[in-house]
Amino acid sequence: MQTKTQDTKGIWKVIGASSLGTLIEWYDFFIFGSLSIVISTKFFPSENPTAAFLSTLATFAAGFVVRPFGALFFGRLGDLIGRKYTFMVTLMLMGGATFLIGCIPSFDTIGYAAPFLVLILRLLQGLALGGEYGGAATYVAEHSPKGQRGYWTSWIQTTATFGLFVSLVVILIIRTLLTEEQFDSWGWRLPFLLSLFMVYVSYLIRKNMDESPEFKKAKEEGKTSKSPLKDSFGNKYNLKFVLLALFGAAMGQGVVWYTGQFYSMSFMKMIMHLHTDQADMILGIALLCGTPFFVVFGALSDKLGRKWIMLVGMMLALLTYRPIYDAMYTLTDLEQKTEIVAAKIIRDELIPTDNGNIKKTTIERTFTDGTIAKEIVSSNTEVIPKKDLHGNPIVDQKLSVYLSGMNYFMLVLLIFIQIIYITLVYGPIAAFLVEIFPVKIRYTSMSLPYHIGNGVFGGLLPAISTYLAINAEAAGDPKFYLEGLWYPIVISAVCFFIGAFYINKSIITKNEI
Amino acid sequence: MGTIKKILGIVWIFLALLAAYFSVVQFGIPKLQTGLQEDLVFGIIIVFILTPIVSIGLGLFGYYALTGEYENSKM
Repeated sequence: MQTKTQDTKGIWKVIGASSLGTLIEWYDFFIFGSLSIVISTKFFPSENPTAAFLSTLATFAAGFVVRPFGALFFGRLGDLIGRKYTFMVTLMLMGGATFLIGCIPSFDTIGYAAPFLVLILRLLQGLALGGEYGGAATYVAEHSPKGQRGYWTSWIQTTATFGLFVSLVVILIIRTLLTEEQFDSWGWRLPFLLSLFMVYVSYLIRKNMDESPEFKKAKEEGKTSKSPLKDSFGNKYNLKFVLLALFGAAMGQGVVWYTGQFYSMSFMKMIMHLHTDQADMILGIALLCGTPFFVVFGALSDKLGRKWIMLVGMMLALLTYRPIYDAMYTLTDLEQKTEIVAAKIIRDELIPTDNGNIKKTTIERTFTDGTIAKEIVSSNTEVIPKKDLHGNPIVDQKLSVYLSGMNYFMLVLLIFIQIIYITLVYGPIAAFLVEIFPVKIRYTSMSLPYHIGNGVFGGLLPAISTYLAINAEAAGDPKFYLEGLWYPIVISAVCFFIGAFYINKSIITKNEI
Repeated sequence: MGTIKKILGIVWIFLALLAAYFSVVQFGIPKLQTGLQEDLVFGIIIVFILTPIVSIGLGLFGYYALTGEYENSKM
């Protein structure tokens, strides 16, 4: 009984040390995205195309495309020298890169060195994340008692969602404590600088951890791989499992994850015109309520098997995404609401500039269901008015919708449902990926499909879905806002069928020790 | 089940070819030709990253399926 208690205590120590580091890595990765607008104004000259190119490359390509390369590089190291040391290196690399982003002088101070340094550091962030996740998942799985891998690795799975949540909270707290000017001047650097402290704490916790018992045993018996890359991808037997992991699980997981957490956010802000603070809050509530389900489905996968829990998540997603997003759109569709005409407020104000005035008109409309729509129209009445490419005076128009009551609750529920899909596909996947590869090439083999599925298929989702929606809008499709969903739907459908037909119990149990 | 897995191999190969056509002709090349920086990056990623992964990867998966590599006896 005492031994069992000691074992449980030991695994909690492993989970705590691994999860904290992985959480910090996700925090570091997301903080760049959450502050990308500030970053672009500080490090990139807005009117210079070369720097704009670097900016796009840094925020778009580096974050996602470099991750599989990190998986290969650090995965190989992890299979050669061990899991513990490798994911210590990735943690240091991520923390160092994030801290240094917060230290880079602005473009006004050091010119083009600023965007160049940001690009290099963002590349290092991507590489570090590519190496970290596989290491942490493998390390935890190899410490887990038999038959409980799904449960214990699911704690690692919560870190990605929780990392996004923590990044949003840290920014929100700093914004609240500082004035807008202070935040814009130096406050935005604090979330980056804070990373060094968090990484140091995580390092102190991790440094006393033991190497994974399965890897240690394999090393003692001389069963580790001399060439993990060749053994993983140059060997047809293993390569077919890498392909199966990618196309039968990781690809679908990636698009479901990014649809629920990122596409939903941009859909609320850009398509539904929901006010930014309200959209962030709604997503935050749904994330917080949904996160425990990673553990629920991870544990359930130990009893029912990994395959069908993941596939049910994909199937539900592909069948219900369109109705869910249609319902979301309806919640802020002002044409379907009844306006309280007597409550309409129109305010005009003139904002003086160096070049005359800008006329700002605020129209506030209230609807019978409690929805408030605030439209701000800024028309240029300056002496020398700014004009667009066609020579017309620039008129800025911004609509912000605020939901309340039942509509607010409904939107939280609709986002929460998508988070549940994420927990279904993501909760058991670490255990699944670990189990289909043998110890000697596990770190390398599981990291690559995960980061291609999540980083490339998932990471490209916002761009591809937006492209599909814009094309549909240009073609006059009244339901254009649903067209972007075809990308996650098709990918999930293909992944579902591949998973359903080709994954079987024997591939999961063949590597059990 | 073994026969279905093999027949589906043809479907995956066909999908790989279809994905290559759409990725290059429909998405990639038009993006590369707009002259906008953000489109250029998107086009490069579609043509040089996503297309090879989907087309070569899924094609190879289909080939393995077609040749019976995913039969239970070989797993």
